[in-house]
Amino acid sequence: MASTLLAVAAKSATGDRSTPRKIINAMPMTPTNVSAPERWVSLAGGAALVGYGLSRKTPSLWALLSGGYLLYRATTGNCPISQAVGFSTADSTAPNAAIAGRHGTRVDHSVTIAKPVADVYRFWRDLENLPHFMEHLIDVDTTTDGKSHWVAKGPLGLKVEWDAEIITDTPNHVIGWRSLPGADVDTAGSVRFRELADGRGTEIRVELKYDPPAGQVGTFVAKLFGENPDRQVREDLRRLKQILEAGEVPTVKGQPHGKR
Amino acid sequence: MRAVCWRGKKDVAVERVPDAEILNPRDAIIRVTTTAICGSDLHLYDGYIPTMKAGDILGHEFMGEVVALGKNVRNLKVGDRVVIPFTIACGNCLFCKKDLWSLCDNSNPNAGLAETINGYSGSALFGYSHIYGGFAGGQAEYVRVPFADVGPFKVPSHLTDEQVLFLSDIFPTGYMAAENCNIQRGDTVAVWGCGPVGLFAIKSAKMLGAERVIGIDPVAGRRQKAREWGATDVVDPDEYDILKALDDLTAGRGPDACIDAVGLEAHGTTLGARYDQVKTSLWLATDRPMCLRQAILACRKGGTVSIPGVYGGLLDKLPMGAAFAKGLTFKMGQTHVHRYFKPLLERIEKGDIDPSQVITHKYNLSDAPKAYKQFLNDRDECVKVVLKP
Repeated sequence: MASTLLAVAAKSATGDRSTPRKIINAMPMTPTNVSAPERWVSLAGGAALVGYGLSRKTPSLWALLSGGYLLYRATTGNCPISQAVGFSTADSTAPNAAIAGRHGTRVDHSVTIAKPVADVYRFWRDLENLPHFMEHLIDVDTTTDGKSHWVAKGPLGLKVEWDAEIITDTPNHVIGWRSLPGADVDTAGSVRFRELADGRGTEIRVELKYDPPAGQVGTFVAKLFGENPDRQVREDLRRLKQILEAGEVPTVKGQPHGKR
Repeated sequence: MRAVCWRGKKDVAVERVPDAEILNPRDAIIRVTTTAICGSDLHLYDGYIPTMKAGDILGHEFMGEVVALGKNVRNLKVGDRVVIPFTIACGNCLFCKKDLWSLCDNSNPNAGLAETINGYSGSALFGYSHIYGGFAGGQAEYVRVPFADVGPFKVPSHLTDEQVLFLSDIFPTGYMAAENCNIQRGDTVAVWGCGPVGLFAIKSAKMLGAERVIGIDPVAGRRQKAREWGATDVVDPDEYDILKALDDLTAGRGPDACIDAVGLEAHGTTLGARYDQVKTSLWLATDRPMCLRQAILACRKGGTVSIPGVYGGLLDKLPMGAAFAKGLTFKMGQTHVHRYFKPLLERIEKGDIDPSQVITHKYNLSDAPKAYKQFLNDRDECVKVVLKP
């Protein structure tokens, strides 16, 4: 877990250099000993208990206290009780760059675009173009040193951010990138280009890996909110094809209709 | 603006809706001067096509005057008089470049939905359900036309709306059905269904060199129309065993090509037709392919079955064994309208055909509910309805 859920939420709501963020950053570091799925369960359970506690005529002290404890556990990833008895469910071997073997979600898709490989490569290589067709991306800023800052829509309306670097770049063949340590979402990706014979266009194969804020449970939550990563990438690549071939993305949003 | 909206099975209404607006740089807005009800609109009216939503604006045969243009449409100007193809195509993808416009890769906003059902998505269509893109149709005062730099076709002022309107769908559809038959001089072509598409297919088959064209329709008025449009023979399938009749008419050879201009809602009194009716009403089958079965069985060895009639799902009891044994060729699909505009306009200008003769009824757009009802029920008299907004 690169940063705490609390930090992601606070940053999303108030910005990177805000006072709440500073307060969170200044909080004493406690060892993380709760696994990501468990933290999501704690978050849900804690919120429910606090809600229940507050909804009663006489607020239930028991519910508020135990709910608050679960919320603390969820947002910091630290469970004082587990710590006291020397028990941890967090993965101490979690890598701090890119994504280790069994972790995260892997999505791959391919599409054929009726354009020369140089055009398709050039469009993708300018990473600032990616938010034009990747719906979950809000913004990508590239800097001169080959690094880039990415802002994306996360589950539950949260914003997630990370810095990334290009790790492979062979013009008209492959581009690979991965997030730098400290990312809200550990992510890596690559796109391979292959020009087809006789002007039939270019095949591109995209592979994305990411470790969502709460591991597999996070993926599940994202699905609940209609953000199925597999379908998302498929539709992203469809939009890329539409932009490069037709110059626009077809839409019916905003057209008239009768009473629904 | 006023628009004809689908409300549900056998229910359309003319409603006041917001005006059509430019949404994309390659859009145009057309003020509709003439529109028509297509036979395939009756499939929507009868509730056979899935993914319709109450309030959807109908209509895919329309023409009019350009009133607004998106910033990337440079070949049209406000005031141009244009006919619009019912298929929406980007003009740049592999399929458009191959002249297969109705298979455009980039026009359907709901391509993902179409892919789950059909494997791959064809082009979007105007006013023809959400699986085909959900675009508002042209049975309205105004309509938004996407990819207006490649779709709309300018028509000369000396031809009337009624003469050129059907370039939008049924004339190219009938023509493509005949062209798909690969007609050789002296061929015999059988056409199931003598509605508007069947009539254009009959006329086109003659234009392409067929010696005999046999029109098949249970409705007397339509058989009469088929004769007027060039059919050398007509057969009432309720009176004659159609396979025997076609075998007799061709002295044991079978027609060189068979055109199914009926599609998924075939009606009939044969056992097969009743079977289809029962199965579709129990939702055990999606389509009633009676005419397609007959076309496959009737066609001569090595012949072509051409299918302009619309099918939507899984077909039951289709004699693939016969098709295989006879080495048949199947040709089908939505019409590549863009491909046919120019050559067919030339045919109209030369006087080879006057498409306006297919029209039997004209109504104001406000009378659309009555027009739909009449088109469905009065098949003898009512062959083609145009609406004037």
